[in-house]
Amino acid sequence: MELNILTICYLIGSITFILGLKMLSNPATARKGNLIAAAGMAIAIAGTIFLYKDEDGNGLHNYGFIFGGLAIGTLVGFLAAKKVKMTAMPEMVSLFNGMGGACAGLISIIEFGRISNELGSGKTFHGTLLIIFLGLIIGSVSFAGSMIAWGKLNGKVKDFSFPGQQIINTIMLFVMVCIAGYLILNITPANSYLFYIILAGALLYGILFVFPIGGADMPVVISLLNSFTGVAAACGGFLYNNKVMLTGGILVGAAGTLLTILMCKAMNRSLLNVLIGSFGGDKGGAAQVSASGGTYKEISISDSAMVMAYANRVAIVPGYGLAVAQAQHICHELEKLLDEKGVEVIYAIHPVAGRMPGHMNVLLAEADVSYDKLLEMEDANDLFKTTDVVLILGANDVVNPAAKNDPASPIYGMPILEVELAKNVIVNKRSMKPGYAGIENELFFQPKTSMLFGDAKGVLQQLVSEIKSL
Amino acid sequence: MEYILNFINNSQQIIYIVILMIFLGIEVIGRVPSVLHTPLMSGANAIHGVVIIGAIIVMGKAADTNYAAIGLGFLAVVLGTLNVVGGFVVTDRMLEMFKKKK
Repeated sequence: MELNILTICYLIGSITFILGLKMLSNPATARKGNLIAAAGMAIAIAGTIFLYKDEDGNGLHNYGFIFGGLAIGTLVGFLAAKKVKMTAMPEMVSLFNGMGGACAGLISIIEFGRISNELGSGKTFHGTLLIIFLGLIIGSVSFAGSMIAWGKLNGKVKDFSFPGQQIINTIMLFVMVCIAGYLILNITPANSYLFYIILAGALLYGILFVFPIGGADMPVVISLLNSFTGVAAACGGFLYNNKVMLTGGILVGAAGTLLTILMCKAMNRSLLNVLIGSFGGDKGGAAQVSASGGTYKEISISDSAMVMAYANRVAIVPGYGLAVAQAQHICHELEKLLDEKGVEVIYAIHPVAGRMPGHMNVLLAEADVSYDKLLEMEDANDLFKTTDVVLILGANDVVNPAAKNDPASPIYGMPILEVELAKNVIVNKRSMKPGYAGIENELFFQPKTSMLFGDAKGVLQQLVSEIKSL
Repeated sequence: MEYILNFINNSQQIIYIVILMIFLGIEVIGRVPSVLHTPLMSGANAIHGVVIIGAIIVMGKAADTNYAAIGLGFLAVVLGTLNVVGGFVVTDRMLEMFKKKK
């Protein structure tokens, strides 16, 4: 009876996950979808705690630890998620993803410990071991990788690579798979220590895997690690023949992989290329920084206010700089002001602007910017030819013409916002330092480009008061 | 060879689920506008927190004297809960901003 109710709990859980993901894909129902999935998760968790029975009909014990863990996790998770600033959202997602990966890895470690005790009893564990190793490797890579991605996004970890890193990564992966395969077929109490070598290898692989990847690839990496964790969770579903873990995990694994591939396509790179971690690995980027270095011209606040107030159409290109400066509200104010003066204002959103796909959309939605003003890359590129002023707020790599013109550039082939088609380009940056991908941007040296240095928020505030007084 | 065939036969239900879920995951996400990519990624992130159920089972099965399993299981429950609760709350915060629209 109790097990039947548990089955129904899991069924509800699986259905809410599917429904939740589906509703998350429509702005009108997204929030409800998230809450529905959360409710289904709560039902599945509560059902497991109170109704679960193993094959021998024994219920769970250690309730003190279970509820203690749930209480601590809920409190910390809730507070962290409530307190995080909108700009820090991507690293928060990466951090939570790493927690899930670690959880899957820990399950594998404990299950392996259980199996080690039964070795030599004549039973075979090929299938179980395969799942345990899969969960261990994928979960650990996801955990270590997410931690590095988290550190990178908040600036604590710098890009780092050494010659031959790709080869070493590939060899490590190969060796781990070989050891795992060997153990699955020939496990004995004497060689089970190899399990911990795989664990160490997987953690190291996760670190080395994300270390050299920088700039435009970070969103892809987070999305990929997200789908990894999904697969790791599904391994748990295999292990316990638990349908809700299986469906939830595989669903996220499949959806996350597709999202990753879509992002790779947007940057004209293959997933394999990203996986091997070769971004800028040929040092082409480094050589280029010193190569260029022409002259650029600055523009004053009042001049910028003037050209924008008398333009027919102004296109705003937001980037990470806008997010860092928390300038989305003042940006919306500028847009309304220009709108009142009869200037058409559009936002041109590059798919990977900011640190995550859709990062800019979230940020601007927070400031109440209406949807129909946010144009996707293709639509915006059609309009630049007839745009008088492009105002770039803390974006860099996504408007770098080197992606089109310079085959030696590490971002060559990535579709960009073709802002140089507009009549004037005003670039707001804090300094001439290159963007996240670490490469020089020739756009800044073009004659139609003017630089407006300063923090995005401060500059926009001055622009607003200047335009008001015109 | 026979072992593999047996394995497939014994776990055919699971294999069916996996295949169907892969297609479903792709279908469901295929029509997402780019506006919602970040919340969707975050929502998916919360859903794979379902791994918490495995952590609860492992924790609840651990023998009272197996301190290593209890310690690791406890850690797994905490981390899994962080993933679930943090994931859903962060997603809700992101989507809260969209709701203000008409």
